[in-house]
Amino acid sequence: MTAVRTIGDVILELRNISLAFGGVKALSDISFDVREHEVRAIIGPNGAGKSSLLNVINGVYRPQQGTIVFHGVPRRDMNTHDAAAQGIARTFQNIALFRGMSVLDNIMAGRNLKMQATFLEQAIWWGRAQREELANRRKVEEVIDFLEIQHIRKTPVGRLPYGLQKRVELARALAAEPKLLLLDEPMAGMNVEEKQDMCRFVLDVNDQYGTTIVLIEHDMGVVMDISDRVVVLDYGRKIGDGTPDEVRSSQAVIDAYLGVAH
Amino acid sequence: MEEGQETFPRLMLHHATVRPDHPATREKDLGIWQTWTWRQVADEVRALACGLASQGFRRGMHLAIIGDNRPHLYWSMLAAEALGGVPVPMYQDAPAAELVYVLNDAAIAYALVEDQEQVDKLREIAAQVPSLTHIFYDDPRGMRDYAGVMAYEALVAAGREFDRAHPEFFEAEVAKGTPDDVSAMLYTSGTTGKPKGVCQTHRAFITAARGSCEFDGLGPNDSVVSYLPMAWVGDHLFSYAQWLYAGFTINCPESGDTVMTDLREIGPTFYFAPPRVFENLLTQVIIRMEDAGAIKRWMFEHFTAVARRCGAEILDGKPVGIADRVQYAIGNVAVYGPLRNVLGMSRLRVAYTAGAAIGPDLFRFYRSIGVNLKQFYGSTETCAYVCLQPDGGVKFDTVGLPAPGVEVKIAANGEVLVKGPMLLKEYYRRPDATAESIDAAGYFHTGDAGLFDAGGHLKIIDRAKDVGKLASGAMFAPNYIENKLKFFPHIKEAVAFGDGRDQVCAFVNIDLGSVGNWAERRQLAYSGYTDLAAKPEVYALIRECVEKVNAELAAEGGLADSQVRRFLILHKELDPDDDELTRTRKVRRGFVAEKYRTLIDALYAGRKVQHIETQVKFEDGRTGLVAADLVIDDAKTFAAGDRKAA
Repeated sequence: MTAVRTIGDVILELRNISLAFGGVKALSDISFDVREHEVRAIIGPNGAGKSSLLNVINGVYRPQQGTIVFHGVPRRDMNTHDAAAQGIARTFQNIALFRGMSVLDNIMAGRNLKMQATFLEQAIWWGRAQREELANRRKVEEVIDFLEIQHIRKTPVGRLPYGLQKRVELARALAAEPKLLLLDEPMAGMNVEEKQDMCRFVLDVNDQYGTTIVLIEHDMGVVMDISDRVVVLDYGRKIGDGTPDEVRSSQAVIDAYLGVAH
Repeated sequence: MEEGQETFPRLMLHHATVRPDHPATREKDLGIWQTWTWRQVADEVRALACGLASQGFRRGMHLAIIGDNRPHLYWSMLAAEALGGVPVPMYQDAPAAELVYVLNDAAIAYALVEDQEQVDKLREIAAQVPSLTHIFYDDPRGMRDYAGVMAYEALVAAGREFDRAHPEFFEAEVAKGTPDDVSAMLYTSGTTGKPKGVCQTHRAFITAARGSCEFDGLGPNDSVVSYLPMAWVGDHLFSYAQWLYAGFTINCPESGDTVMTDLREIGPTFYFAPPRVFENLLTQVIIRMEDAGAIKRWMFEHFTAVARRCGAEILDGKPVGIADRVQYAIGNVAVYGPLRNVLGMSRLRVAYTAGAAIGPDLFRFYRSIGVNLKQFYGSTETCAYVCLQPDGGVKFDTVGLPAPGVEVKIAANGEVLVKGPMLLKEYYRRPDATAESIDAAGYFHTGDAGLFDAGGHLKIIDRAKDVGKLASGAMFAPNYIENKLKFFPHIKEAVAFGDGRDQVCAFVNIDLGSVGNWAERRQLAYSGYTDLAAKPEVYALIRECVEKVNAELAAEGGLADSQVRRFLILHKELDPDDDELTRTRKVRRGFVAEKYRTLIDALYAGRKVQHIETQVKFEDGRTGLVAADLVIDDAKTFAAGDRKAA
């Protein structure tokens, strides 16, 4: 925890990305960049292409056009395994946890990439598998402590309220010790208090681990409070990009959100 | 160590010599119980004391300690005492504004606090507390950008440096201490007016610790879970004074939310909890049993009925028939044992409760499943050591016999007076208050009204100043009535009025957990406390409880006039954040009466409905308004001596 939060160089750049599903254009010619240690928000009305954009970044979707530059290496597309191996982790809009497993096991799953032991070794929990599990468990416990979820460590995820499930999902992403964290609506469906907690956790992650964060969020108050820069999408196009203040005063953004007379 | 020369730092060094490798402190950290032996604790306290000295902390100074039960905070009390300073633990959940008074009153210059939350509070009030110059914090999380505060680790490192430069310093400082030095200053809860700093000497607390340890045979192999506020005298006795006297192990839970799990893992042998905690535990058990399968439910009901019949008698060693003994033995294997295990009470030898009246059913339930639950009586001014219940002599409505070395008598007005070595030295900078509460003969006036029963057990009825008279001249003991109401699981809080009036009326707070569950089982939809409290079905439920209390009061001589004629269910829960309860959750009667004057007037004016708007403070410090039209209901009363109705 020695990282110092000073916004650094560009670590991820999207150049002219276009993505279509058959005739439906999800993203058209999107370009923007993410700098090290910053909190970058993506906002836009429903169906604007926000989640698609995250899916392009971590390799779930392959854009038809454009280039992604990650850590200076240009490539046509990412693939999910590469993305994870290079330190990209994410959470999902609809929680994607193993509902029958305990909180601890779910978070341990986030450490999977860090383990070298073979399937057989893990199955009989011997030698390398045992050592690795102990070392990784420590990391997981640090995350549990960080997100203050000690009291539900052994509770099956399916029994938890929604707000806590969201926190567990963040914990699993953090367990991978990501350099770049993608959060898809981390505060959707939460009450004010839960949102405040979540904001604090996001900022703490950014502050203490120096993790770069790209998040999608609908709550404008939250976005304007915690982001360094904001990208605005509408119908798959980028209509705004800049600091919260710049975005707030942009006419195109106001029109997209409030609607204009046609 | 020479008898009569004990101070807490000397007791610590004594344990470090005679049982260096015995566990002294445990804390669950990162999911694993970490242990520190007495030798390690002594080493850490030495470094910490030297660290404080290196930062200018001197004999006679006060060290504010604010936070949850953390080993570092307990050790810092020892470190301050080793230097001849006085630790002043404060309630960690008090809002910043409430801390101002206590910090100024105690002239605090040094504070050691748990985490960022507490540091933020102190910074928020920095301008109002100019004396506060040094802040140390335990948990480094989120503290990177803070200037002018010092980490615990840095303090200890500075201490080790200082120790190397002045190797004789620590021993010399400990040697300078005397048993009659003030060892700790604990603030009263402020039920009546501003909190007062109670100065207690080493001798007072060590006397109380010795007496209570010998009374219950506590020794180095005992184990307690420390989870109650460190600012409370009970925690200071059970987790600090007794810990250092007996040399047992204190276990600090991982967080406030994990206490139940931690209790189960540690399995303490000695346990203290206010009645509220025992009540919550039982409510949880009952709720879970209602969701259990038919066979389990039958077993639970059958064997708790057996236990109700003979369990408490078996625990007290009284004669019980062979058939019941066999049934109880089976129940012990099938139900009571597993239940005790779930509650973390498998290894429990002694459990205590105090601070408020405990319901007879609740009390008997725990005793009947083999938990040796007892009561004691004491206050901040008496090191929580006045009366204790001996094994085999436990009654739910008394607080036991005067403890060894303590003299108790009842004044003419019914007030309980006590005398003994555990009494406070003084109230800090309040000679007027000291003179008022300790009389010329050396008796401390507790402010409680009580009486001795035929067996010599003390029975506390009410606060002496709360006991009033109805217009008819009959005695009115509000707490007594409120406690009877609160014994019902559906009623969380009650406030009775009647002093100088012709009849008794009451405010009731429903228990959201218990009534909420009741409502769910009846498919009664509600949106929150205010909505649920206003339901006619809930009113009917509470009226039933009130009428049962009335029947009981009618049967007790002299209290028939105290029956509750009219009541209402408050639209919000009484809350310490709104100053309606003290931090130890006692009702501030005068304040509540003033705040809800409109409601009281409506009760006595015979109105059926009353509109009210109340300001509330949320946990994050913002305020809002709650408005409601409250229904006022009448309850049936009974003729004096009429027992049939009950």
